[in-house]
Amino acid sequence: MVLEEVEREFSLGKKDAADGIPTYYCPGENLFPLMEKLKKDFEVLLDITAVDYLGKKEKRFEVVYHLLSLSGKMRVRVKVEVGEGEKIATLSSLWKNANWLEREVYDMFGIEFEGHPDLRRILLYPEFEGHPLRKDYPLKKSQPRIKLLRPERK
Amino acid sequence: MEKMLLNIGPSHPAMHGTIQIKVELDGERIIKADVEIGYLHRGFEKTAEHRTYMQVIPYTDRLNYVSPLLNNLAYAMAVEKLLGIEVPPRAQWLRMIFGEISRITDHLTCIAPIGMELGAFTVFLYAIKAREYLWDVLDATTGARLTTSYIRIGGVRADVPENFEDLMKKALAETRKSVRDIHGLLSRNPIFLKRTRGIGVVSQEDALSYGFTGPVLRSTGYYYDVRKAFPYLYYDEIDFEVPLGERGDNYDRYMVRMKEIEQSMRIIEQAMEKMEKGPVRNEDEVVEAYEAIKAAQEGKYREGKLKLNPNLEGMEKEVYHLIMARVPRYILPPKEDLYRTMEGMIRHFKLIMSGHGLRPPAGEVYVPVEGGNGELGFYIVSDGTDRPYRVHLRAPVFSIMSALAEMIEGHYIADVVPTFASLNMIGGELDR
Amino acid sequence: MGKMKGENFVTTTVESLIGWARKYSIFQYPFVTACCGMEYMAAAASHFDIDRFGAGLTRFTPRQADVLFVVGTISHKLAPVLRRVYEQMTEPKWVVAFGTCTVTGGLYDNYATVQGIDAIIPVDIYIPGCPPRPETVLDALIKLQEKIRKEKQKWSLRK
Repeated sequence: MVLEEVEREFSLGKKDAADGIPTYYCPGENLFPLMEKLKKDFEVLLDITAVDYLGKKEKRFEVVYHLLSLSGKMRVRVKVEVGEGEKIATLSSLWKNANWLEREVYDMFGIEFEGHPDLRRILLYPEFEGHPLRKDYPLKKSQPRIKLLRPERK
Repeated sequence: MEKMLLNIGPSHPAMHGTIQIKVELDGERIIKADVEIGYLHRGFEKTAEHRTYMQVIPYTDRLNYVSPLLNNLAYAMAVEKLLGIEVPPRAQWLRMIFGEISRITDHLTCIAPIGMELGAFTVFLYAIKAREYLWDVLDATTGARLTTSYIRIGGVRADVPENFEDLMKKALAETRKSVRDIHGLLSRNPIFLKRTRGIGVVSQEDALSYGFTGPVLRSTGYYYDVRKAFPYLYYDEIDFEVPLGERGDNYDRYMVRMKEIEQSMRIIEQAMEKMEKGPVRNEDEVVEAYEAIKAAQEGKYREGKLKLNPNLEGMEKEVYHLIMARVPRYILPPKEDLYRTMEGMIRHFKLIMSGHGLRPPAGEVYVPVEGGNGELGFYIVSDGTDRPYRVHLRAPVFSIMSALAEMIEGHYIADVVPTFASLNMIGGELDR
Repeated sequence: MGKMKGENFVTTTVESLIGWARKYSIFQYPFVTACCGMEYMAAAASHFDIDRFGAGLTRFTPRQADVLFVVGTISHKLAPVLRRVYEQMTEPKWVVAFGTCTVTGGLYDNYATVQGIDAIIPVDIYIPGCPPRPETVLDALIKLQEKIRKEKQKWSLRK
């Protein structure tokens, strides 16, 4: 089974999740070789996202990868802990949709990906300052692009 | 060679939503394209961190707004997995029926602009006419046409009315008629074939590398449907097929969607037969609210069935346990219990007031569902309080749109219109 | 007496003629973004026809349109585009704010959404609802027609 080989080879930590999907923790340097090995069985990269644990863990962010194997009907979840200001390897040479998914994580959280061909904002505009999904960005702080005719909120 | 830059701007005549495509042209051929999204970014994920689990449900309606019940279903299934509760059987059949109704409206709303943008305006009118009858069914059961919030955590909100079977039969008959008419207008029309055959072709390796799922992947010939691979609800007891395409061009995507409408109608008919009949509502002596209050002030308990507000039709106590799970810690009590007993009032109070509320155990969960465009899933991280710590939607359209720039390069500018229309881009899901 | 400069019997008759002609031939520009677009499509299709009010012809360019229907949520990224489209329309022009997201920002009170489009452009008719039923849209269209009919023209060049 490819998951057991990979667990032994890269010495990953395993965790249980409520939905039964096997979840592994991987250090940042081993990410790209691990994904290369997993790509043979898990053809589809479903999703890349991140969670901000401000104040609860020593490394602030956790980047989460979901993979799907169509032939074996299995899913797997890989998590990487990333501190503030650290970079992580890009997967855009392995899967083509990693390009946009990583741009979204950069836009919302500010995590930079090394080797990405075109890292710029995707859902917000270039004049926006800050990264909204971080826990220290207030919910209602808006940055209008044009001069408004009346104050937005009373 | 002189190049021209053209901007197909955020406000454009296609009925799909706001997206900006910047193209470099050489005459009429596209050399390079750049797609810019994010014009409908409404901050769903950040807002969901400031609301309780029950308050997030109306926000999920407005994500993929052409099939709102499927988003509700994905969210409710994710939270139920986290809490570990089981849904009663009648609620599961109702969820299946309404989920398939939503899928039919999604495909109809995709086919209508495909016809209209290529000049066949009548196709739009036929498809929207069929959609109106389906929305009548939703209106009679849930109270709203578009943003219903019908599927809740633990079950569904209300039982179906008495004339449900007649309304459903009429809606299915009208949909069959419309689909037959649209087939007659488009499927063998030489103009339609010339504009869609061989345009926007995607190979299977490219489709898997880009992360396509749903009708767009099935049109390239790859067989993957979440309802068959990881069955949920009662899909393994129902007999239905999954249509596949051959070439992966625009025409195959249109045909796969038309055939899926047929299969969804088959699922609805089988589910309506297999679902048990609801309890017969007998016209007992009905007690008005002021009589019950007057009796309580005198220290007596007035027997009889309490008359509720017409807005709460379908949620009476005799059907409530059929449609919602019976878990006092996480699910609201029926309204009669709330008005008449002390335990009901305390239960309701604890679930609604902030600070208490529905508190699942800490953990994370990802549950996928077959949405209108592919695999739709919610990734929820909970830390034990009554608000979710992180809610993330795996949007199928996001991965599909990342391939648009490569799909239109090398074609004429008039080919952008049918290619973009057949991918069924929904702004609310793409930009969240 | 409260009469405007230059107004007399001939001009008021001509005014009512112009008002009558304008209210029955509305060329609309639908600026559609989000879920309200589905109810706009339903109002424009055959069940709840807006063509019988003379408003069925959608011109997809602002230079040829009279009424701008802003349908769906407007985010801060899209605000300059809306302002530019409004400035490109020629006089006389009217704006209809369709749906709660355009009236006050709706459900989305956060960093990304404009809290009501009258912070960007002046609005004539507000239609509440999330999304509004097509009957509400037709009611709003009748009120808009009344407003167009009563509009006074400027007959004299002196201020």
